Amino acid sequence: MSANVPPHADKSVPGYVEKLTYLESLEAPSDQRNRRLATRVWGSLWPVGLAILIVLAVWQLVHVSGWKQAIFPGPGATLSNLWHQLQTGLLWHAIATTATRAVLGFGLSVLIGAVIGAVVSRIKPLRAAVGSLITGLQTLPSIAWFPFAIILFGISTTAILFVIILGSAPSVANGLIAGVDYTPPLLLKAGKMMGLRRLSLYRYLILPASLPAFVAGLKQGWAFAWRSLMAGELLVIIANQPSLGVLLSTDQDQSDMVSATAIIIVILVLGVIVDQLFGLADGAIRRRRGLAGESS
Amino acid sequence: MVRQVNSVTVTDRRAAPQAGGLRGHGATVRLTGVSKVFGRGNSAVRALDQVSLEVPPGEFTCLIGASGCGKSTLLSLVAGLEQPTSGEVSTGGAKVAFMFQEPALFPWLTAAGNVELALRARGLGKAERRQRTAELLETVRLTGFGGKRPHQLSGGMRQRVALARALAQDADVLLMDEPFGALDAMTRDVLHDELDRICGDRALTVLFVTHNVREAVRLGDRVVVLSSRPGRVIAEFDVPIERPRRIDSAPVAELAAQVTDRLREEMSRDVS
Repeated sequence: MSANVPPHADKSVPGYVEKLTYLESLEAPSDQRNRRLATRVWGSLWPVGLAILIVLAVWQLVHVSGWKQAIFPGPGATLSNLWHQLQTGLLWHAIATTATRAVLGFGLSVLIGAVIGAVVSRIKPLRAAVGSLITGLQTLPSIAWFPFAIILFGISTTAILFVIILGSAPSVANGLIAGVDYTPPLLLKAGKMMGLRRLSLYRYLILPASLPAFVAGLKQGWAFAWRSLMAGELLVIIANQPSLGVLLSTDQDQSDMVSATAIIIVILVLGVIVDQLFGLADGAIRRRRGLAGESS
Repeated sequence: MVRQVNSVTVTDRRAAPQAGGLRGHGATVRLTGVSKVFGRGNSAVRALDQVSLEVPPGEFTCLIGASGCGKSTLLSLVAGLEQPTSGEVSTGGAKVAFMFQEPALFPWLTAAGNVELALRARGLGKAERRQRTAELLETVRLTGFGGKRPHQLSGGMRQRVALARALAQDADVLLMDEPFGALDAMTRDVLHDELDRICGDRALTVLFVTHNVREAVRLGDRVVVLSSRPGRVIAEFDVPIERPRRIDSAPVAELAAQVTDRLREEMSRDVS
């Protein structure tokens, strides 16, 4: 700074500091996130629409090309089959069963994963041991657990839930542990200087700080839960309990390719919807903290 | 320890507690023969070596030195975030607040929420928290910005929030680790005035670390010069300049030149 150009020549003028504060506030990053909701929804919808169009076009092309035309249905036949199935109670009943299992299984996974994550992140010696165990569990494809689960619990919903939890809870626990581990040391220092201790340190600093990583863990846990559930419903077929898996397996038995493809679409759409919900939650958290990139 | 006293009158305008409206009472910070070694064996680094320093209640002391002189380590020791390898650090049981170079605000809370959390940690009730938060935001001239989140504020405003949060801790000792280091000169200059005003009102004992000599002279009642690797106290300068001060005034520049000379001497000795 040059000495002969004082930066505060008119400091005596009343309101000088207020003016400067105002100027400073202009420099502050402006909120570009105040776009209208409609614009945001459109922004996230058009890529999905385009993707669907591309898939339908490729699908139709393959169908028209005549490859396995006898058994491979085109989008027209499949979508009209889907439309008809949506008028029947059976598909909705199946969706309800599957959704209930998903909610129950994923809910239990979150509960168990969060408890394990919280305990492991608090007790240092446990972290090394249980940490690698959790990672090991994650690499094990959960479908491998089904024989074990069926022997243990029989052909039952419990067997399916068991496998969902084994597949999904480790991701949830890992997300929480990662969040706690990566709480910025500077914020920890600040929190300690502020007098936050033990429980209050967790409640007001560590848990909020680990929220983004926890949500990432939830999202991954959901993906695992959904995969495990689908595998389970194909393997564990319970009589008089229609589920999406049962419908698929019936289609397979009857070589009903059109219906099978329609059910696959239902499963895909359900999975994408839930994934989008996690995406929205993740985006909201990031925006609140000023972490959002333009892409989210 | 060399002590260079540049004046006969020691300016101690904050030592006497003023009546009314005062929260902190100041406290003595005392370091006696403090050494800090990081690591052990061949890779051990001696960050501080036999540092003795006393900051009387209400004094604003600036610590200055080249990077790697253990300034930040010294603050961490006073804050109790780290323990000295040998020697003794005492604040007489006083409460200590810490301001870092980064604002270290919690990004999920608003500006007001950050200040309020410090009050909550002290166990204040909701009504009192709300009132004190408004007062503190006014003190740092951020009335109207309480609802903003840290990422919506400029660097200077974030440091103001951090200052309000430090004040909310109702500490007697305020440690500042290059808090304005990342700000532009103009913003820093305004914050110097604010800090002067706020500390003058509160009889806080302040330890302020900086590598900007002029800033040290502008703010401090006393400037303590540390050597590098290991950090030792090599000189102390009293700053007898009347307040309000200006960073570009002749007396500040003059004393800053003396401090710089002493620092240069130290650094050239280091190199050779």
